[in-house]
Amino acid sequence: MQRLRAIMKKELLHIIRDVRSLTIIFLLPLIMLVLYGYAIRLDLKNIPLAVWDADNSQESRELIRAFTHSGYFTLTLHAITPVDPLEVFQERRAKSVLAIPVDYGARLHDGRAIPVQFLSDASESNTATIAGQYAEQIILSRLMSRFGTDAPLPDVRALVLFNPELESKVFVVPGLVAILFMMICALMTSITIAREKETGTLEQILVSPVRTAEIIIGKLFPYMFLASLIGVVVILIAIFWFGAPFVGSPLLLAVFSIVYLLCSLAIGILISTRVRTVQVAMMAALVITMLPSIMLSGFVFPIASMPLPIRILTHIVPARYFLVIIRGIMLKDASLYLLRFQILPLCILTFILLVVSIRRFRTTLE
Amino acid sequence: MSESAFAVETKDLTQRFGRFTAVDRVTMTVAKGEIYGFLGANGAGKTTTIRILCGLLRPTSGSAFVNGHDVIRYPERVKAGIGYMSQKFSLYEDLRVRDNLVFFGGIYGLGRERIEQRIAEITSATGLTELLTRKVRGLPTGWKQRLALACAVLHDPGIIFLDEPTGGVDPVSRRTFWDFIYSLADAGKTIFVTTHYMDEAEYCHRIAIMYQGRILMCDSPSAIRESTGDALLEDAFIRLITRESDTETGGD
Ligand SMILES: Nc1ncnc2c1ncn2[C@@H]1O[C@H](COP(=O)(O)OP(=O)(O)O)[C@@H](O)[C@H]1O
Ligand SMILES: [Mg+2]
Repeated sequence: MQRLRAIMKKELLHIIRDVRSLTIIFLLPLIMLVLYGYAIRLDLKNIPLAVWDADNSQESRELIRAFTHSGYFTLTLHAITPVDPLEVFQERRAKSVLAIPVDYGARLHDGRAIPVQFLSDASESNTATIAGQYAEQIILSRLMSRFGTDAPLPDVRALVLFNPELESKVFVVPGLVAILFMMICALMTSITIAREKETGTLEQILVSPVRTAEIIIGKLFPYMFLASLIGVVVILIAIFWFGAPFVGSPLLLAVFSIVYLLCSLAIGILISTRVRTVQVAMMAALVITMLPSIMLSGFVFPIASMPLPIRILTHIVPARYFLVIIRGIMLKDASLYLLRFQILPLCILTFILLVVSIRRFRTTLE
Repeated sequence: MSESAFAVETKDLTQRFGRFTAVDRVTMTVAKGEIYGFLGANGAGKTTTIRILCGLLRPTSGSAFVNGHDVIRYPERVKAGIGYMSQKFSLYEDLRVRDNLVFFGGIYGLGRERIEQRIAEITSATGLTELLTRKVRGLPTGWKQRLALACAVLHDPGIIFLDEPTGGVDPVSRRTFWDFIYSLADAGKTIFVTTHYMDEAEYCHRIAIMYQGRILMCDSPSAIRESTGDALLEDAFIRLITRESDTETGGD
């Protein structure tokens, strides 16, 4: 116990004394989060809009003016002849297209339903979602100004092209947590062990009566603690600043976070047994953990749209499972049963990695 | 067995790395309280031998007893009773002097009070007291080396292994360092030290001259000088090694 405490305390000192790394570890997720939040807000002024005004009447021009006056949209193309939205999006002439039917003015007079079409380029999913919401609001307020409070609600039907898994910012937060856990645990632990190898202090520890288990637990516990702390901070900011929902059980999330953290730590140990220098450890950790966690977990690209070999490969990326688990718990109150196909593989993966890494760690030390 | 008369006792200790033999049938005994030196050029096998004796390396063959315990079979029985200062003094540069001492005390299972007591004793003996709150990074090499020694002996081990402890250190610091080593030996500790400095070898009670993994001769510095008829240890050392390499080439 004495020895375990000595190692933990020393590791904590390393973390605290290294103000620069600590700042980066804490600020990076916050910067990512804030950037993400503000990027949306900045983008959402002056969304380039193309209009196909088939009616070209007094009423249709009023509708267009309502769009431009709102400040959310800037007119980049105004045509009376048909506009091909795909072409417009591909040529980046506009991010949204408003199509007004030929009998718009007449239908408005008669109070008949009007099929106005509003299309958005969903390859920028957030812009698309929010542009759609603005359009809906503008049309609604137009209707209200004409019909008063008993105006008919616009019947909005969304059809998403290009990016079928519409992700909003609330989806980013869970992904961020998954990546941060991986980064702090795998990257930092492999670096600290490699650093002790490089400076020779590991040898100094090994001549003492300290046991392997004490080294591993003592070294890793502080990083698990740090990672959890940052995870909590990020989730709290997401909830209270960005209004992300948290409808599931925090306890359940805590339990699986620990499993996932252990998994990341095991990978970190495994890397450290194979390398001799901090530089190599850093490179290896980036390639083995960070990149797959970002690219192959479904965080950036939907797994369903990956080619088959890559899709198979994603099954050994722990972040893939944890991402679904944390999203499920935070956003949908998913139950254990519902998440069983994520929980089971994650636990198995973690167990195997832990056993292999500790065994390897022990033999390489001898 | 633990009441062995010797602090270190080896027989035909051999370490091979692939086809290369780094330590070649080394047989030696070190008495308790002795300052025993390993003198040899770079690559002679000094570090490898020490690492075996500290339980860091499992030898290819031969036997080694440290403090009466079989270090090959039960390295953990040996560990609490030895101190080891590796060739590059390994300290945590980002921590303070005091943190380093507390840490090395802690991994030997020392309690808080015992650590404080030992820190007080050792820092006053090594002159480190003023520097306790300083970061290790930025300290002169001589002070780092003293701190490394302090860390290695904080748990009050009976045998202390020092692997080229004074490499890159100025003569004055080397002198203070050896004063401290003498005080440890006077207190009954066994010192096992490797070096390639001749003046340092002169400080030892006995030295073993090592060449290509083998011990060519082991005796007191004066006896070695007498046996070759040289006035200086350095001349004796060179004579012994030249003789050895000559017989090798002659035998081919
Ligand atoms: N782990 C190892 N693998 C292969 N060769 C090694 C290893 N450790 C040491 N050696 C070799 O063994 C020889 C003796 O090294 P060492 O004991 O460090 O010598 P010294 O400490 O006397 O300078 C050197 O030639 C060195 O290259
Ligand atoms: Mg050496």
